[in-house]
Amino acid sequence: MATRGFEGRRPPAELADRIPPGQSLTDGFPVLSAGPTPRIATADWAFTLKSGPRPIKKWSWAEFQALPQTKMTRDIHCVTKWSKLNTPWAGVTVDDLLADAGIEPATPFMLAHSYDGYSTNVPAADLLDGKAMVATHYEGKPLTPEHGGPARLLVPHLYFWKSAKWVNGLQFTERDEPGFWELRGYHIHGDPWREQRFRGD
Amino acid sequence: MRVDAPEEAAHVAWQTATIEALTPLSARVKSIVLRPERWRPFQAGQHLDIRLTAPDGYAAQRSYSVASAPETEGVYELAVERLEDGEVSPYLLDIAEPGDAVDIRGPFGGHFVWDAADGGPLLLVGGGSGVAPLMSILRHRVAARSAVPACLVHAARLWDDVLFRGELLALDEDDAAFRLLAALSRDTPRRPQDTGRRIDAALLADAITGLGARPRLTFVCGANPFVESVTTLLVGLGLDPASIRTERFGG
Ligand SMILES: Cc1cc2nc3c(=O)[nH]c(=O)nc-3n(C[C@H](O)[C@H](O)[C@H](O)COP(=O)(O)OP(=O)(O)OC[C@H]3O[C@@H](n4cnc5c(N)ncnc54)[C@H](O)[C@@H]3O)c2cc1C
Repeated sequence: MATRGFEGRRPPAELADRIPPGQSLTDGFPVLSAGPTPRIATADWAFTLKSGPRPIKKWSWAEFQALPQTKMTRDIHCVTKWSKLNTPWAGVTVDDLLADAGIEPATPFMLAHSYDGYSTNVPAADLLDGKAMVATHYEGKPLTPEHGGPARLLVPHLYFWKSAKWVNGLQFTERDEPGFWELRGYHIHGDPWREQRFRGD
Repeated sequence: MRVDAPEEAAHVAWQTATIEALTPLSARVKSIVLRPERWRPFQAGQHLDIRLTAPDGYAAQRSYSVASAPETEGVYELAVERLEDGEVSPYLLDIAEPGDAVDIRGPFGGHFVWDAADGGPLLLVGGGSGVAPLMSILRHRVAARSAVPACLVHAARLWDDVLFRGELLALDEDDAAFRLLAALSRDTPRRPQDTGRRIDAALLADAITGLGARPRLTFVCGANPFVESVTTLLVGLGLDPASIRTERFGG
């Protein structure tokens, strides 16, 4: 039913099919974080790939920079209702991480872990085949702490809480294990085009 | 903290809520009291999603924190601030009238929440309409007869921008375990404990000292630059980052 007196401000027609339901276009870059912004020096940074409890490979910042670097320009969608188009990122694809570790996907599910204790679950299929990366650069510059630097996960086709900031590891899990927001009422998968915001959507 | 098991999944549907009252809280903020068809219980700190629909079916959604206490059944009170070029907030402040209907969903949110059982001391820091969820927490504290020490640091431009001022001043008078500290960036303080400047480390240190012990939980809410600067100061004062919860209203 229409809301009396509401006209609304529509996105330009040529962009309308890039804005998922319930989202609004923004030019800014709003921030969603559950707590204070952690500040991690690249000298102290490390990234660990695990299968269950077992570490498979660990990279220092320098080792990580020596991996193949990929650029990705994508539209992103935050569950707090904003969408931002054509955001340019650079980093290492999850495919290249697995290749460097010399492994095939160990299970169909992964958990991303972060320095601040945050975690989020993403099916391996949503991370592979060039769909996702561990991003270290935004608009050609090192990623700032507010936006997840030194490194954040980038899974642009899912709501942005899946793109864990301050990421320090990926872990294969036997089951799809809910992460931080998923345990607190948010959707287990988070596809913006199906408006999977909250559990049960 | 109560975290529901994923098995309890149930779709929360959109429903109609009637605007029961619209009252200015300051020049830029109005209290909006909504009466939904089916009121759902919630936790202090959670937010509602609001959806406005144009005649051609185009719809816009935004989130607004609930300011009323979970004990105030039947209604949700919001505190909405006007963003001059905004799509939704100017509608809610300038066009909507009592008796109008809007679609709502929720309340939602499972981290920026406080239950009396979580205990204290509690440090609450809000800028502008960021005080809304903190008000729900304080009202819940009163309704649940919790005696935990609590301090609200309210950042505002002017004394007249202090939201829910009458209620907060009365609580400050009546409740020895509660303190209101106003940080007025463009006004002279009216009480000795308030300051005529932005929130700084000295004011936050005063707030913490007044609680008698390190806060068990700190809630910081407002625009992102505000939350970013306050949390940096709090971590600098030695608070455990894991004890600080934030809600950021936008860029
Ligand atoms: C969990 C949550 C709780 C909130 N609670 C409250 C509340 O209690 N009271 C209140 O007044 N507001 C609250 N907000 C903010 C609110 O949802 C709207 O963002 C705000 O009212 C502005 O909406 P608008 O349509 O008027 O402006 P818009 O048309 O959305 O924005 C105008 C401009 O401001 C920028 N902008 C500002 N805020 C945002 C944002 N959140 N996301 C994207 N861009 C933004 C945009 O870049 C845009 O260009 C909350 C937000 C969240 C996420």
